[in-house]
Amino acid sequence: MSVLVDHLDVFASGLWLTFQLCLLSAIGALLLGTVAAVMRISPVPPLRWVGSAYVTVFRNCPLTIVFFFAAFGLPALGSNADFLRIPGLTTLFSRLGVDIPYFRFAIVALSVYTGAFVCEAIRSGINAVPPGQAEAARAIGLTFTQNLRHVVLPQAWKAAIVPLGSVIIAMIKNSALAGFFGLVGDLSNSGVNLTSALGEPIIPVFIGVSIGFLIMTVPLGLLLDHIERRRAVAR
Amino acid sequence: MTAGEPLIVLDSVNKWFGPLHVLQDVSLSVERGEVVVVIGPSGSGKSTLCRAINRLEPINSGSITFDGQPLPAEGRALARLRSEVGMVFQSFNLFAHKTILQNVTLGPVKVRKERPAAARDRAMTLLERVGIASQAAKYPAQLSGGQQQRAAIARALAMQPKAMLFDEPTSALDPEMVGEVLDVMTSLAREGMTMVVVTHEMGFARHAANRVVFMADGQLVEQAPPDEFFNNPQSERAKDFLSKILTH
Repeated sequence: MSVLVDHLDVFASGLWLTFQLCLLSAIGALLLGTVAAVMRISPVPPLRWVGSAYVTVFRNCPLTIVFFFAAFGLPALGSNADFLRIPGLTTLFSRLGVDIPYFRFAIVALSVYTGAFVCEAIRSGINAVPPGQAEAARAIGLTFTQNLRHVVLPQAWKAAIVPLGSVIIAMIKNSALAGFFGLVGDLSNSGVNLTSALGEPIIPVFIGVSIGFLIMTVPLGLLLDHIERRRAVAR
Repeated sequence: MTAGEPLIVLDSVNKWFGPLHVLQDVSLSVERGEVVVVIGPSGSGKSTLCRAINRLEPINSGSITFDGQPLPAEGRALARLRSEVGMVFQSFNLFAHKTILQNVTLGPVKVRKERPAAARDRAMTLLERVGIASQAAKYPAQLSGGQQQRAAIARALAMQPKAMLFDEPTSALDPEMVGEVLDVMTSLAREGMTMVVVTHEMGFARHAANRVVFMADGQLVEQAPPDEFFNNPQSERAKDFLSKILTH
């Protein structure tokens, strides 16, 4: 197991990059998922169709395929996902701004895929809000958007937070695929590198990789348990 | 807007829930300042009638006119109309994640774009009026049913509506809390608010209504001033209904 100590820096930087990937993808997935959920409950049929089509496609496609299309399809369309070079964010997350686009592609793949699950978690939260709440909001003259913004979504979030947490935990684990689609230096790519390029023994290296993922997922799970307990008390 | 024209007019309104014909050719007009109490057995369509007036329940045929305007389709125009019609629900429906004060100010601030400070002052006056100013900072779940319903009335009044709809406002309350809500409603009626009240409170119908409307099986069977209706009902259906509720 000495590989864990000898290459602690590799594991640490891998963890750091995977963490950045997950943080940015989680933000992207939450934004996309919320928009999709709002579309799916909107009174405008074409918006509902777009929302439903998005969920149907990305909830039912294997993530590997989504990664494949992000890493090979986007370049074929002439895109380097440069829309993710968001000023300000690129200074915080330097990988976002580099010319090699695979970090951005990984964010696109994870966000778009996870967004479909976020959408359904939020929608289940919206369904948990008693219909009388939206009805009362309509009765005082709030528009559809105001109703969502001030009455329905704030309550839906509370009901959705635990299922959303599970979705994000699944996303963190799914991020392991990024290293196999061009991303250099995340946890899984670092693991592969240590074994194939440096000839380190496979099992200890991947125990190290697992620990890296557990460092992110276990505290998140504990946080969710805590939130759930607090909500149970508040009820 | 002309002074003589009724505020709310329903003309041959029909509504189906699937195969169920819940409103059958219902025509009704409510004058400005009039208090109309709708009574009838459960399932008679009286709640649906009440909810159709601000289009929480869309109708299948016929027309509903409010203040001279036919009800618009879903959208901004309808939102504006709803802001002029206060509604009080059986289950209060206060916004669970907002304090009582925030419940009352949300509409004025977001719909009417009032300044928050001004909205708050007016909200406190209204809460004072319904007797729960001391509960302003609490959340709905911390209040009794009667207090919640009075807060809901304050929330509706905060929009300075032209009419108020009450959909069985006391049916979910413990008996000792019914009085405090009816008191608020009675004082509103005295001040000349136009009101449509669906209720089982015959006492309220007797002393606060200008007119009692009796519904059964989706039809508007009979309407008359309260004294006339309670002392001398015309239809068999109404006689039967009154004999059942007034014998105890």
